Amino acid sequence: MALELKQVTKNVGADRHIYETSLVFEPGGFNILLGATNAGKSTLIKLMAGLERPTSGEIWVDGQNVTGVNPQKRNIALVHQFFINYPHMTVYENIASPLRVAKVSDIDRRVREAADVLQLGPMLDRKPQELSGGQQQRCALARAIVKESKAIFLDEPLANLDYKLREELRDQLPEILGERGTVVVYATSEPTEALMLGGHTALLHAGRVTQFGPTPEIYRAPSDLTSARVFSDPPMNLAPVEKRGSEMHLAALSWPVEGSAAQLADGQYTVGIRPHHILPTKPDGASIQIDGTVEITELSGSESVAHFELGAQSWVSLSPGTHPYRIGESHDFHMIPSACYYFDGSGNLAGTGGAHG
Amino acid sequence: MAKITLDKLRHSYMPAPSQPSDYALKEIDLSWRDGGAYALLGPSGCGKSTLLNIISGLLTPSDGRVLFDGEDVTNLPPDQRNIAQVFQFPVIYDTMSVYNNLAFPLRNRCVDEARVDARVREIATMLELEDRLETRASHLTPDNKQKISMGRGLVRDDVNVIMFDEPLTVIDPELKWKLRSKLKELHQKIAVTMIYVTHDQTEALTFADKVVVMQDGEIVQIGTPVELFERPRHTFVGHFIGSPGMNVLPCDVSGGLASFQGQALELEGAISRSDGRTEIGVRPEYVHLADDGISATVRKVADLGRHVVVEAMAGDTVINAIVDGAVPERGAEVKLQMDPRQTRLYADGWIASEEAQP
Repeated sequence: MALELKQVTKNVGADRHIYETSLVFEPGGFNILLGATNAGKSTLIKLMAGLERPTSGEIWVDGQNVTGVNPQKRNIALVHQFFINYPHMTVYENIASPLRVAKVSDIDRRVREAADVLQLGPMLDRKPQELSGGQQQRCALARAIVKESKAIFLDEPLANLDYKLREELRDQLPEILGERGTVVVYATSEPTEALMLGGHTALLHAGRVTQFGPTPEIYRAPSDLTSARVFSDPPMNLAPVEKRGSEMHLAALSWPVEGSAAQLADGQYTVGIRPHHILPTKPDGASIQIDGTVEITELSGSESVAHFELGAQSWVSLSPGTHPYRIGESHDFHMIPSACYYFDGSGNLAGTGGAHG
Repeated sequence: MAKITLDKLRHSYMPAPSQPSDYALKEIDLSWRDGGAYALLGPSGCGKSTLLNIISGLLTPSDGRVLFDGEDVTNLPPDQRNIAQVFQFPVIYDTMSVYNNLAFPLRNRCVDEARVDARVREIATMLELEDRLETRASHLTPDNKQKISMGRGLVRDDVNVIMFDEPLTVIDPELKWKLRSKLKELHQKIAVTMIYVTHDQTEALTFADKVVVMQDGEIVQIGTPVELFERPRHTFVGHFIGSPGMNVLPCDVSGGLASFQGQALELEGAISRSDGRTEIGVRPEYVHLADDGISATVRKVADLGRHVVVEAMAGDTVINAIVDGAVPERGAEVKLQMDPRQTRLYADGWIASEEAQP
């Protein structure tokens, strides 16, 4: 019972909002759309839900072409960033409302079951405004699952919640939604959220899907520079390098190339390395020393971040634990060359320095 | 720039408060040094916005005083407190250019034009907006609008305090990261007292020198990011800070030993008290897979890229561990060890073991 986009495009006036996209979303497990604001996440969701019609291409659900079918007739559910509940109805009536519209029997049992899953059992008689933000969003989620629809679309459903509540719901959602045999599509702008939810991820940038695959896999093996940037938080360090023979050169630094990058032709590349692969102390195994001047430091308690400069290049290092840096001081950082990505002139991944973790 | 003192501050939104639960803000005593970077951190409804509104003068407290450099400003309206504020949504004049938006707070105070020009250009450079000065604000992207909003807060150098109320909530993660670093850098350059209100632990901890953690109208701990992470004074702080938060395991105390499910666990130091509900607190960063220790069953494994979080069940208690290297499968039986120097006792939520000797 997959949901399929076949060569879908969307133009609005003269602007192209979605470039030709073909994707297959399977039921069970999460399908995540990850991208910045305006990358096209909400537009894709509206197209899949039938709220907008594609300019070209087709949308298939369960082996049937549903392009142009009214959203009410598609048996789908949609949860937005803003909690949408009927303010004058109780939580019970809110959850029951999609079933009443669909004239389903067995309403009471299904409402109570959905309420149980979302821990709303004791709140069924309350009105939405008597609930906390997290409970209101759980009520909206209960309305989405009670229908037992073929597909559930969630458009940044946790964005308006407090950090800790977000963490809690994010932890529970895969269990609540993942095992219902429904296709779940979840849009987010946060790379960490995508990793926490797991499943499959489609990376979006400026109306194009740049990569799609199992979430941790595409995190470790970005196909191009754009995908690597979309899926890095904090941002990936990027710098121009030159390959000469068996070495990479970056200003005054050089290091031996290993892994698939050893096969590359000599010439100019862009090196990409995530901040947690540049460390303030020498790790076990091969590392390249970078002597930089510390510009800014941030301590999150569990992790330390340092922004440092070497020549014209800015770098960011992220390491576990607390590390006492002094601003303006020079410090020896250590880059792990096996964790480097090398991108060619058109931005495609040309090779890596070896292992990735 | 000013030192800010909050003296026995209390606030209730009720006309005749009679008991502690009637107060949105219970007794707050606090002193903030001139030029410091502070964060107020807590969940919705913890009282942090109430406290911010009292400092800015939008709200008069039921009891207590607010002092700027020793001078009582409790009853002064906001416009006489000489403060700057940056809100969650950009507050700018859409029809004005970036330049005029930044100049506005200065011109409003009749600062001479030469000084206005110098200051606007300085702030625009810091915010990397120097080539946008003539652009109409309405043509900017949301994050650039928020930068202008921050610039308007930063442009005056004579303010007592700059207050930020969830200023990065509407910004995408990558830009959020950049703006956060920018703000940190600006504070390191201009050293004005700054107060940053947020529910986001990462924002609070990365921005502030000292973080005030609030719950139910009370301050539960004031500390540096490292202190809050390394030695939370209350289980709430342990849970709220860190992702996932601190593990809290119910335990029994007898004969100077704390045991979880019948197994004694070594603590950071001696037990100082054991009245009421007793719990052991240990962060997932300090729980390791080992050959022996607490028996648990792996319930979930989350690969977060930088590390893996293993969620295990010991009976009906959840224990999270951050794991590097070999990762167990879901359903596997594992043994968990805790780092004794990072394992603490809590009694009725408050820390009840003595600090480890260095």
